[in-house]
Amino acid sequence: MSERKRARNNGKANERVIHLKPPERMKIPRQQPIEKEPDYRVCNFEEVSDGFDVNLASEEALRCLECKDPVCMKACPVNIDIRAFIRLIYKKDYDSAIKKIRESNYLPAICGRVCPQESLCENVCLVGKRNEPLAIGKLERFVADYELKNGNFSPPEIKENKGQKVAVVGAGPGGLTAAADLAIRGYEVTIYEALHEAGGVLKYGIPEFRLPKHIVDAEVDRVKALGVKIETNVIIGRTLTIDELFDEMDFEAVYIGTGAGSPRFMNIPGENLSGVYSASELLTRVNLMKAYKFPEYDTPLKIGNRVAVVGGGDVAMDAARTSARLGPEVVNLFYRRSREEMPARIEEIHHAEEEGIHFHLLTNPVEIFGDENGWVKAIKCQKMELGEPDEEGRRRPVPIDGEYITMDADTVVIAIGQSPNPIIQQTTPGLKTTDWGTIIVDEIGATSREGIFAGGDISRGGATVIEAVSDGKRASRSIDEYLTEKKAVLKT
Amino acid sequence: MYPVISKTTIAPGISRLEVEAPLIAKKRKPGNFVIVMPVEKGERIPLTIVESDPENGTITLIVQAIGKTTHIINKMEAGDHFIDVVGPLGEPTPIKNVGTVVCVGGGVGTAVIYPMAKALKEAGNRVIGIIGARNREMVILKNEMADCSDELHITTDDGSYGLKGFVTDALAQVIDENKTIQSVYTTGPLPMMKAVAEQTRKFELHTMASLNPIMMDGTGMCGACRVSVGGELKFTCVDGPEFDAHKVNFNELIQRNKTYFNQEKKSLDAYNEKCKTRGANV
Ligand SMILES: Cc1cc2nc3c(=O)[nH]c(=O)nc-3n(C[C@H](O)[C@H](O)[C@H](O)COP(=O)(O)OP(=O)(O)OC[C@H]3O[C@@H](n4cnc5c(N)ncnc54)[C@H](O)[C@@H]3O)c2cc1C
Ligand SMILES: Cc1cc2nc3c(=O)[nH]c(=O)nc-3n(C[C@H](O)[C@H](O)[C@H](O)COP(=O)(O)OP(=O)(O)OC[C@H]3O[C@@H](n4cnc5c(N)ncnc54)[C@H](O)[C@@H]3O)c2cc1C
Ligand code: FES
Repeated sequence: MSERKRARNNGKANERVIHLKPPERMKIPRQQPIEKEPDYRVCNFEEVSDGFDVNLASEEALRCLECKDPVCMKACPVNIDIRAFIRLIYKKDYDSAIKKIRESNYLPAICGRVCPQESLCENVCLVGKRNEPLAIGKLERFVADYELKNGNFSPPEIKENKGQKVAVVGAGPGGLTAAADLAIRGYEVTIYEALHEAGGVLKYGIPEFRLPKHIVDAEVDRVKALGVKIETNVIIGRTLTIDELFDEMDFEAVYIGTGAGSPRFMNIPGENLSGVYSASELLTRVNLMKAYKFPEYDTPLKIGNRVAVVGGGDVAMDAARTSARLGPEVVNLFYRRSREEMPARIEEIHHAEEEGIHFHLLTNPVEIFGDENGWVKAIKCQKMELGEPDEEGRRRPVPIDGEYITMDADTVVIAIGQSPNPIIQQTTPGLKTTDWGTIIVDEIGATSREGIFAGGDISRGGATVIEAVSDGKRASRSIDEYLTEKKAVLKT
Repeated sequence: MYPVISKTTIAPGISRLEVEAPLIAKKRKPGNFVIVMPVEKGERIPLTIVESDPENGTITLIVQAIGKTTHIINKMEAGDHFIDVVGPLGEPTPIKNVGTVVCVGGGVGTAVIYPMAKALKEAGNRVIGIIGARNREMVILKNEMADCSDELHITTDDGSYGLKGFVTDALAQVIDENKTIQSVYTTGPLPMMKAVAEQTRKFELHTMASLNPIMMDGTGMCGACRVSVGGELKFTCVDGPEFDAHKVNFNELIQRNKTYFNQEKKSLDAYNEKCKTRGANV
């Protein structure tokens, strides 16, 4: 593009579209999404937030300052052209708005719901300097839902068929994104997924009331609409190995997006009593296997009257709120630091409190007691105080000598984190990993083995959906470059 | 979809099914298992791969009807299909020629011990088989076990076939008569495996038990199958299913396997009721 042309384009992009003057925009309050009442929602698995309707979305769009240098776009890990899609919402051109988002993020209905916008795009939004920031996430969700409801999705144009095959391992957000991006670039893509359904954590981890499964299925269908094949019930490392994908099945590159799904336990006495679950087990039983509809669905789950959840992240909040919906008298949550250090999203902490979850901060479980039948009956916690900050700047919890509390509990859920699943690392010679079992990648997402790329939780440890999406896109660019070069070399 | 190619009833409430699953058939080693889900809205349950035929792309499963899912499977016929089958899972049995080994299988556990016994025999071991059942008609895989055992002992609780008593009675006799046993392998109900472990512990006889905890994903992602082995936390689906029987905390596992007792009963009762009123396969 010539300098002049670029200047002209920029000029156009910087022309303000929204009719209000910036000070007027700043005065409009942030629109609140339609939400179900806590008393109602703790009795079922319906989605808590109904998001924005057309009116709320139109009003919210008016608040955008249309900055010359949109900082929100830079803060977004996949650099969605936020200003552009908000202008399109303002113009009520929702079809173009969703197309605009899809250029950068192929999973908008999902990210609009679960991204921690408050620490990304909305965190830097200039409106937020004086007022509350623009509700970017809710607007993203609005256009994605609008498209879904009106059924007017048309798949983006696919580039010429490159005639090269790429395998993607794991159908989580990272794998789905990499697959979609590669398909659009003209590659023949097959996703191999260990479970019987695609979606990864979106399917088995994040609860229905935050992310309805039909939404995940719809986004998965859109990936399939690009010609991507999804083979479920295939565990790479067991059913097939990565080397077989290369040597026997003619794949020329592989993307590993197998996530960090292996639950960690605390190694305290009583952790194997009946009634003690990992959050992964509890959530998978409920979300993937639909145990909340037992006996219509065959998978059971037993939630008692007094549930104790251990942890302070998104997973702990999801476990607590899921348990609350299964009819106990009380759900207690134990976290070893204070509220400020809780890694969960603010919105989720707020929702959990609204739903009556009791927070016990600065308490750390040290033992679980059982009854004569080996069933949990109580949990003993040590009181903690905050000490010096650790390497990440979070203040370290320090036990207070001799101060303990013991509370009755008949169900305990351990939600202290997940580690990478080691199957692929163990069965792929030459694939370098860290001491924590994550796969090592360089700045373009390439692993230590030629043709193998990785990203998302498997290389980051527990991270976020949007980081997995961003890694999937990076890897697809790198795979495109790698395969294009490989083809060129072969020709010469 | 994973079609059932053939199905035979081999004992009351126990069927043998040949299922088409080419990728699994090709990869399977003795000791591996699969996780299956027979129907939509069903449960995922683990089953040992008794045999596999890589050429025809099939695996053989032997299933005893105890709860709803295994009842559904027992009602399946050739032409029906499982909606999901995933595997092969677990670490294969380490097979070496060590000399004399004893393979003890109880009840449907005989279906789990048989592929191990066969592989141990093929590796050149002298195999002493011991299989037990409630009564004569519940004895399974008698011929198959006889083919791969140098010596086969059969016990029934009521004495209607073979030795009257438990597999542990036969084991006592075998240990007494054979001074060169290198290893004992056992699978069956947990109390039986526990009893076998107690018995061989006295003789410091190396014993491996193939455990059967409750499972869900079978890939190490839920922890439902966790067991304590020598005080360490192990996931049976990825670290096992075989462990040193002398180090396994059986009491804890027996307790954990009762977790869903009431729900399972409710589920099975409702299913049986439905079968009765409809009078057909549901
Ligand atoms: C309960 C919970 C709540 C969360 N809430 C949020 C939230 O609100 N916002 C947010 O941004 N993030 C959240 N996260 C984190 C987020 O979900 C993850 O960071 C993200 O899903 C990682 O994506 P991924 O594609 O790397 O892997 P995953 O989503 O983990 O998907 C990996 C997939 O690979 C499959 N797989 C694994 N091994 C194999 C194999 N060997 N062969 C074939 N397939 C395999 C798995 O079955 C799975 O489907 C949450 C996580 C959890 C557990
Ligand atoms: C690695 C492994 C291999 C196995 N191989 C075989 C096999 O080859 N053939 C076979 O018939 N069975 C096998 N089992 C046992 C089988 O998985 C269970 O019988 C099955 O899960 C029961 O499901 P259900 O819905 O029919 O019964 P449920 O309603 O779930 O349970 C009914 C009763 O069975 C008990 N039970 C539940 N799960 C198990 C279990 N995993 N093991 C033993 N008892 C259980 C419960 O305590 C309950 O009282 C294996 C188990 C494991 C872990
Ligand atoms: S069955 Fe889930 S971890 Fe083993």
